[in-house]
Amino acid sequence: MTNRTTLDRRALLKAGLGVGIAIPTKSWAQPPNRARPQPGDWLVFDGGENSGQRITPDLLALEQRPVAALAKDPATSTLRDGSRLNRVMITRLDPTKLSEATKPHAAAGVIAFSAVCTHTGCDVINWVEDKLLMACPCHESHFDVYNGANVVGGPAPRPLAILPLSLESGSVVVAAGFTGRVGFTQQF
Amino acid sequence: MFNLRPLFALLSILTVSSVGAQALKPYQPVTGERLLEQDSDSWLLYRGSYDSHGYSPLDQIDRETVADLEPVWSFSTGLREGHQAPPIVNAGYMYVATPQNHVLALNAATGELLWRYVRYLPDDLQQFHPTNRGVALWGERAYLATVDSYLVALDAVTGEVDWEVAVEDYYSGYYMTMAPLIVDGVVMVGVSGGELGIRGFVAAYDAETGAELWKTYTIPAPGEPGSESWPGDSWKTGGVPVWITGSYDPELNLTYWGTGNGGPWMGDTRPGDNLYSTSVIAIDPSTGELKNHHQYHWNDSWDWDEVAAPLLIDYEREGQRVKGLVHAGRNGYLWFLERGAEAIDFVDATPYVYQDVFTSVDSVTGRPEYDMSKKPGTGYEASFCPSLWGGKDWPPASFDPASRLLFIPANENVCSTMVGEEVEYSPGRAYMGRGTSENGGFYVRDGADHIGELQAWNVDTGERAWTTTFDSHNWGPTLATGGDLVFMGGTNDRKFRAFDSASGETLWEYPTNSGVIGVPVTFTVEGKQYVAVQAGWGVDAQREQNLINMSQGTNTYVPQGGVVWVFALP
Repeated sequence: MTNRTTLDRRALLKAGLGVGIAIPTKSWAQPPNRARPQPGDWLVFDGGENSGQRITPDLLALEQRPVAALAKDPATSTLRDGSRLNRVMITRLDPTKLSEATKPHAAAGVIAFSAVCTHTGCDVINWVEDKLLMACPCHESHFDVYNGANVVGGPAPRPLAILPLSLESGSVVVAAGFTGRVGFTQQF
Repeated sequence: MFNLRPLFALLSILTVSSVGAQALKPYQPVTGERLLEQDSDSWLLYRGSYDSHGYSPLDQIDRETVADLEPVWSFSTGLREGHQAPPIVNAGYMYVATPQNHVLALNAATGELLWRYVRYLPDDLQQFHPTNRGVALWGERAYLATVDSYLVALDAVTGEVDWEVAVEDYYSGYYMTMAPLIVDGVVMVGVSGGELGIRGFVAAYDAETGAELWKTYTIPAPGEPGSESWPGDSWKTGGVPVWITGSYDPELNLTYWGTGNGGPWMGDTRPGDNLYSTSVIAIDPSTGELKNHHQYHWNDSWDWDEVAAPLLIDYEREGQRVKGLVHAGRNGYLWFLERGAEAIDFVDATPYVYQDVFTSVDSVTGRPEYDMSKKPGTGYEASFCPSLWGGKDWPPASFDPASRLLFIPANENVCSTMVGEEVEYSPGRAYMGRGTSENGGFYVRDGADHIGELQAWNVDTGERAWTTTFDSHNWGPTLATGGDLVFMGGTNDRKFRAFDSASGETLWEYPTNSGVIGVPVTFTVEGKQYVAVQAGWGVDAQREQNLINMSQGTNTYVPQGGVVWVFALP
């Protein structure tokens, strides 16, 4: 896979340079572990006693505290750990209680949310157990896991992106790319 | 690797009309002499002077005239989050650092934009503290420490990037929010990231070339003095960041820096004193040698960073003049120390807010003993006062040498509950090991009738002179002036205020666009005195507001958005 980096138009306009200027560009091969999760990737635990193991619904307790997971390319065995933007937090929820918008992205109740807060990019690792809310340790943004990680508290401007999942021979695989932009958006 | 960053940085300078520049006199280079002279027409350092007094002798605006103070210009930064930097002023040129690492160069008298530096931050950056606390000036450059851990030297007149160097790897959790400290062409910066398993340090760079001169870690490696206070490999990831600008004593040629707490947060994960955490350390700016230290409290378990640099104040004790260091600790005690070439000695310490952790402080060494039931641990939940943000967090105190009063922006009656949980180190990931407690682990003491305070203490008697209280919590940095005034914002009602320094009475207040958590400054242009501050609520002030709302059932909303405000008499 290759990726071409160019200066965006907005940067040029900001610099007052307009169009018609030659901008040096260079291509390079992006390491496969840096690429975002791809459809068909396996999902494996990232840390804990099952680290590296493929995720099956029975390895997750209902409404358990979300744990970290990463995608893994089954063809090359590449773990996509080259960017923190690739990390997701997974748990298992009651499919009958998922919001209609969230339900298609879960597999047997297993749901994966981007681990990166949309406020300033911190890892959303905390869990408010009695309210079933993911919580960011940096600025107390709270996300409702049954409702697409909608923001129910704190400064986050938008929900966490969902990584759609499906089941393949009983194991969880990535069904599609993230549903939205991962991480925070630089202002100005 | 093809590096686009310098090109981005160059292209991101917004060059604007030079009309404003024409109204300005030629730029005056900043020299060591000018920094030592404490030229009151400018505000050249983070706290105005190397002793960190946050004081200006300017007195046109005084307790009689301040009622007429009015805004003369303002400038929207276009950014959200914590606007904490002092507007740094050099003979009519003003430099304002913002969150997301923009720098605005403005005509200090008119607010006209001269240039703007915009940094393009990496997508995978995480910002625990989205803020910046200012630029430093030397020669004809302005220096910025960035949240992606670079030190950038900007041409002060054009805004062009002269050089930039990576101080550390942001991906491993290192970031910077402080204003650099420059002594004799040596640019010093400290690193944040105590939440992310860093090993803290102060590093120095040649102001001209950007070459690294030295790097002094705040955690000793095995075999170095103090290393016995860290078990196993905990020194590698033990935190102890330095994220507030240090003070400098030119006679001793020593810089004084406050240090943060150890990591993970629970002290039982790293048994020992954990030198040089929660301490003041003295570093020779010429060599980087760590000459001496004093640890305020050992084996922290409360997230009580002691990063605010001590004020260099010479005070009286028992008829003797003491060359001192004074620090209002996050641990709730007001510390009086003595600074010397060979040692930092303890003098005395007094709680300035309700503190229920220390059972005693040794009268000779200053070492506190703890009520261990108040010390959270792994799997052990404990409540303690003051809260994890302490009696005073980073907002700087100030000192009026005429009245001998020290002004402390404090928070009273707020406490925390914390419990530790096991945590595994992984580079760049949260490494706090704090579990979840009710209401975010925050509560207000029963019967409390206020939270925020501005306190005044006589440094010679060691006694409190007055206290002004606020319903709101207080995150306001202070400025003391020769007009017998103290300026401070910090409350959730968007007010920026002037207080009578003798009584604490509020003499003037102005509702800005947002909460004021910026460091106020004062300066003159063509003989006229101005007061400048950034409004722009965010970071921990906002986080504490969220927790107050959760615990008190309130719904107080403080608007965000940065604006530079400049005030003067008609």
